[in-house]
Amino acid sequence: MGRKLDPLRKAPRGPGRKARKQPGAENELSKILSDDSESKRLSSHSRKRAAKRRHIEEQKAKPSRPEAKQNGNAQAAQKGKKKLSGFSDDNAEWLQPVKKARKDEEDDEEMEEDASDQVEESGDEKEIGNLEEDGEESEDDEPTGGLELSDSDDLRDDYGASSEDDDDGGDDDLLPIEKAAEKQKKKSKGKKGAEDEADIQLNVDVDEHFTLPTADELENQSSAPLDLTTVQERIKDIVGVLQDFVKRGGQHSRQEYLTVLRRDLATYYSYGDYMIKMLSDLFPVSELVDFLESCEVQRPVTIRTNTLKTRRRDLAQALINRGVNLDPLGKWSKTGLVIYDSSVPVGATPEYLAGHYMLQGASSLLPVIALAPQENERVLDMCCAPGGKTSYMAQLMKNTGVVVANDMNAERLHSVVGNLHRLGVSNCIICNYDGRQMPKVFEGFDRVLLDAPCSGTGIISKDPAVKTNKDLQDIQRCSHIQKELILSAIDCLDAQSTSGGFLVYCTCSITVEENECVVDYALKKRNVKLVPTGLDFGKEGFVRFQERRFHQSLRLTRRFYPHTHNMDGFFIAKFRKFSNSIPTNKEVTEETGDHPTKQNDAEKKEAGQKEVSPKPAAQGQKKGQKTLPTKPGQKTPLTKPGQKTTPTKAGQKTPPTKAGQKTPPTKAGRKTPPTKPGQSTPKTKEQKSLKHKKKQKMLQKKQKLLIKKKKEKKKNK
Amino acid sequence: MRPLTDEETKTMFEKLSKYIGENIKLLVDRPDGTYCFRLHNDRVYYVSEKILKLATNVTRDKLVSLGTCFGKFTKTQKFRLHVTALDYLAPYAKYKVWVKPGAEQSFLYGNHVLKSGLGRITENTAQYQGVIVYSMADVPLGFGVAAKSTQECRKLDPMQIVVFHQADVGEYIRHEETLI
Repeated sequence: MGRKLDPLRKAPRGPGRKARKQPGAENELSKILSDDSESKRLSSHSRKRAAKRRHIEEQKAKPSRPEAKQNGNAQAAQKGKKKLSGFSDDNAEWLQPVKKARKDEEDDEEMEEDASDQVEESGDEKEIGNLEEDGEESEDDEPTGGLELSDSDDLRDDYGASSEDDDDGGDDDLLPIEKAAEKQKKKSKGKKGAEDEADIQLNVDVDEHFTLPTADELENQSSAPLDLTTVQERIKDIVGVLQDFVKRGGQHSRQEYLTVLRRDLATYYSYGDYMIKMLSDLFPVSELVDFLESCEVQRPVTIRTNTLKTRRRDLAQALINRGVNLDPLGKWSKTGLVIYDSSVPVGATPEYLAGHYMLQGASSLLPVIALAPQENERVLDMCCAPGGKTSYMAQLMKNTGVVVANDMNAERLHSVVGNLHRLGVSNCIICNYDGRQMPKVFEGFDRVLLDAPCSGTGIISKDPAVKTNKDLQDIQRCSHIQKELILSAIDCLDAQSTSGGFLVYCTCSITVEENECVVDYALKKRNVKLVPTGLDFGKEGFVRFQERRFHQSLRLTRRFYPHTHNMDGFFIAKFRKFSNSIPTNKEVTEETGDHPTKQNDAEKKEAGQKEVSPKPAAQGQKKGQKTLPTKPGQKTPLTKPGQKTTPTKAGQKTPPTKAGQKTPPTKAGRKTPPTKPGQSTPKTKEQKSLKHKKKQKMLQKKQKLLIKKKKEKKKNK
Repeated sequence: MRPLTDEETKTMFEKLSKYIGENIKLLVDRPDGTYCFRLHNDRVYYVSEKILKLATNVTRDKLVSLGTCFGKFTKTQKFRLHVTALDYLAPYAKYKVWVKPGAEQSFLYGNHVLKSGLGRITENTAQYQGVIVYSMADVPLGFGVAAKSTQECRKLDPMQIVVFHQADVGEYIRHEETLI
């Protein structure tokens, strides 16, 4: 042991036994080294030195091989350039086209079979023309010079490395084989340089050379075993082409590219044809790929603190002690936490069982924040299972007032009962009606949340089955149910409520049929208008989509996507009901424009009470984090069994539900007695309703008059 | 849904008094409004009058739950407390037992509390007294019945049972379907 530490016996320095190089390594090494020096930016001194050296070389070269330059003019041009060639910022640009031209030439050599590259051919023609015609315009025809000097590389080389070559080369005393080798070396070097250049130019060249496979090729490929890497390559290429379509090269139409792209995406991400079509209608191409990519990744697990039982800080501390790695969700939520990883199952810790938190997706906090239920209000959650949003509502109301939680699936209500009791919510009535029957049972709510059953196209990462098992009919079926539900939800609302009269409609789907169409339908069918959701992030809803045109106020709705906000795909719209009467078709057009001024004060209140801090969120969520599998009890979007629906076409209008039609214009008589303190006295309400009646009568009279007039005109004609 | 009969009220209150003693009064006379017990599907719900009024709209077969469920009457007309009542029992509890962090998990899986897992116990707990079980961080975990008095607990050997298990919050996961 001691011997080994002898200070006199030093380990020999230098390359050891194992550092022996393989034969032939020198060639490789020199290449690499020279490349290095090429890429290195020279200092000003070395630049000067290099310039001097080159000058000397040039003078040497002149007598030695005058036959190299047959064209005297070109030579002169070259001279002119050399004078310039101090490699300063002024002439830095002219290096580039030379290299490019060089590359073009090489490409031509290599890819002559590529006949369709007309651009390059024409480029070559130009060059030839240049060679022949204009010699003395030294500055403009750099490509010619560069091209002509394909042997000696002088112009575009770096000054250190190649000059050495030339120094000891002399060229004449080399064997032909050596010459060839040298040539090749230079060529490869030039190629590398060109490649770097191409990288800098954002792969423009690559895109130029991409050609669309023909139908036959595609068929061949489909019969052959699937090769995902080629498909992926092609997706990338096509996306590149589509982004800069003018430079595509070739005369394929955009549609051809898109069909191939769709097909590739469908195979690569294993989607059904309909879904891909629907998604590609919804997103621009680059975003589409992002979306599909992010649907493959699970969203981060998020939990919501139950402020009825604990505080977020205490909960975070308790969980950290159990070995959970977490962070606050974002600035917009005071109760949310993101969980990165955990040594214990997050859905079964003693804190979870004691009801200190609820496992809940970030996106499902948003509708409740938008709804912003107040204390002592009467609130309805129409489709409540599994109870995450319901408990959040109760939490915001601090267990006061009443929350009616309804779901039509009795089995899913078990989880609602469990969750609400676990979280200590005691102001809830849980019932099991069909949402469409609700107005018969309850009405006069201050706020209603409708988290409608949907196709689940926003939560593909949770339920990949959606990729293939949804088609147009499913979407339309969902859309139909949603339209029925939204009308009955509006009928449950009380427009005269002093603090409320709000409906939040949300789905975990991103299709237009299930969102904008439904909202637009509700705007037409009932006396409601859209109000800002109170969420500062999210994309605006569509005002027009393909052939559809929606009401302008649909800008106020919000869409959330997995690739932009790192939460599930979601849609949120917030309505305010301004009249309890149900409009007939003619009134609709008149009333949607101008609204009574009654609701203004309540809205102002609303704006003041925003729980949301006015800063963009989703920045708190980090990308690429590890995610745990989501717990049961999160949403599974399925159309509920047992709902009798007939599939209808998207555009078709369903008549308002019977329940809605039966209700008289004012509901004062039918209402259950209001129990809220501080509500307006019934007298004023009656007065209001009387006023409203009068208004309506007036309107009807006017319309009758108009119709009469029209008839008379017709008769006259 | 109907109010409890006298007999039902008596059996239920007897059961409750085992855990919270005379604090039952606080459950009935609350400053923030009248609360009452209602029977629905053999379950007893503790609910505010205000919510009750609204719930009368709902037909019997469609009503799943309202307010807080305290427990159920068995076919033999005995009353069985559910873990859902824990929120109201814990604040008024007279006798408490704290379990050590290591024994928490075992209790939450439905096992009795052993002497080895016993962290703390209220002084002069009698034998067969209803007790609320807490974790050492004062989080209520469930309730049970003291198997031994406090005095006897001192000289037990570690593997003997201190508290018989009756209900624990683990049932929210284990018995979610049968909770109500």
